[in-house]
Amino acid sequence: MTALLRATGLRKSYATGRAGLFRPSARFNAVDGVTLHIKPGETLGVVGESGCGKSTLSRLVLGLAQADAGEILFDGAPLPRADTDDWRRMRIRMQLVHQNAAGALDPRLPVRAQVEEALRIHKRAPERAARALSDVGLPPAMAARYPHEMSGGQLQRVVIARALALDPDLLVLDEPVSALDVSIQAQIVNLIRDLQAARGLAYLFVSHDVAVVRHVADRIAVMYLGRVVEEGPTAAFRTGALHPYTRALLDAVPVPDPGCRGGAVPRIGDPPNPAAPPPGCRFHPRCPFAVHRCRAEPPVLREFAARHHAACHRIEEIA
Amino acid sequence: MSTLDQDLKTAARWKPLALLARTPAAVTLAVGFMALMLCVMCFAQVIQPHAFDHVDLLNRMTPPQPLDGASWAHPLGTDTLGRDLLSRLLVAAQTSMLLSLLGTVLGAAMGIALGFLAAHKGGFRDEIIMALVDFQAAMPWFIVALAVLAFMGNSMVIFILIMGLYGWETYARITRGLVLSAREQGYAQAVRGLGATPAWIYTRHILPNIAGPLLVQLTINFPSTILFETSLSFLGLGIRPPMTSLGQMLGEGRDYLISAWWLAVIPGFTIFLTTLSMSILGDWLRARLDPSLET
Repeated sequence: MTALLRATGLRKSYATGRAGLFRPSARFNAVDGVTLHIKPGETLGVVGESGCGKSTLSRLVLGLAQADAGEILFDGAPLPRADTDDWRRMRIRMQLVHQNAAGALDPRLPVRAQVEEALRIHKRAPERAARALSDVGLPPAMAARYPHEMSGGQLQRVVIARALALDPDLLVLDEPVSALDVSIQAQIVNLIRDLQAARGLAYLFVSHDVAVVRHVADRIAVMYLGRVVEEGPTAAFRTGALHPYTRALLDAVPVPDPGCRGGAVPRIGDPPNPAAPPPGCRFHPRCPFAVHRCRAEPPVLREFAARHHAACHRIEEIA
Repeated sequence: MSTLDQDLKTAARWKPLALLARTPAAVTLAVGFMALMLCVMCFAQVIQPHAFDHVDLLNRMTPPQPLDGASWAHPLGTDTLGRDLLSRLLVAAQTSMLLSLLGTVLGAAMGIALGFLAAHKGGFRDEIIMALVDFQAAMPWFIVALAVLAFMGNSMVIFILIMGLYGWETYARITRGLVLSAREQGYAQAVRGLGATPAWIYTRHILPNIAGPLLVQLTINFPSTILFETSLSFLGLGIRPPMTSLGQMLGEGRDYLISAWWLAVIPGFTIFLTTLSMSILGDWLRARLDPSLET
């Protein structure tokens, strides 16, 4: 099946600090050569620590930020430049939901008006807003409320309803549940899954939380300092993660069993400064298996099992 | 429910009556006086007891009530040509209010439009507009107005244009700053992500969200516009006879301060009350709408 979204060699750098008279400002690559694809109706989960470039990646994929290099094909056609009419029309097909639902809503308008607005912008019948709100499980009485009168979980439902009112093919969810209580998280995650089952839309689900991503994603890509270090079907991450970083992430997931308390979780310390990534394999300063080659030569993604890729020199030895 | 929640609720749903109950007396009085002035502005021709320019030389300089020799036919007395002072005051207040309102609205519209333009376009257009703002702020506008009116003659159009150009730069500066910060808010970015054009975002989201501070600036600017108009008319360069304005009345009455003090004091006191009411209103609005000043 052809991919709905195909991104190849995406690169995006940001300037840090001011440029001097004779000194260009320092730049760091937030996203440094990422390749990924999403099929229609599929969920690709992207996991990584803070600062690994997940949010930049989601902005690139939507065309909200312009990539420095690389190519994005959506449904076979390159993504139009941001803030052109073509790009605005494209918003019908791809939408973003991010962490801060309260900030994403205008404080001066009732939520129904804000869902209707999405439809009005594209000259569609605003009556569909009511259905979109009921689809995300909000009772009709809540539609007249203002954002400050609603809870975080309800606001996130409103934002999802607004994104879904346009009936997009791709929804980018950037940390959609990170700001919510665990019990509410589960509700929203289940809502996201149910909506996919009902509508067959594709998700790019970005989160720092491996447990959540494992729960919703069909495939997972693990990012470390702007690069994908491992990518494969979710089932492969249950049985055997390949990359030492992925293993550390998975080991850090708490196990709800008092019997397992105090198990030795490897402590790998804080991530290095993304503005000055280490040479060679970017993970080597924190990797328990690093050898001389890891410090000198950056590893490339290699296929180890069916559609299961990882970028590490020593996978054969440490498996 | 906490008071903050209640405040947010009142802010979201405008409840005039509940608001009035918690308003300080000075503000209520100021609102009342401004309402009176607005009525005068709309209906001066209807409510004036005599024609404001009707000359009655037999009844010159009658004192106002309750002084000796006052008559109820002219409760505020008459001027040097025997014209009814109350009628003149009503029409003068109408002229001054209309001109100041027009000038304020013109200045605000121009300043807000240029502020939006500067924030939206950025780059050299932004720099040109901000240079104009600095230029305007540095100019002694009163002297410029005097010179323009003296050289170009006194037409109503020029007078209104000069009033409109008075004070636009504060709106431009405030609007630019507010737009730049509001544009980075989550809701503005989210609506952009829905596919809205910049014009849509500016008019439907950013303008309503920054309207509070602009409204405050309007009320702060209005008194100085009234004073600007009255000063020019006082000097004989604004409104001229047979038309009248508060400043023009004040200018006429100045010569009779010893023999008929009320000719100058009554319009002067009206100017004072109008500007004071508007300032009180502006201060109160600023305190209401600025969350950082909330106690």
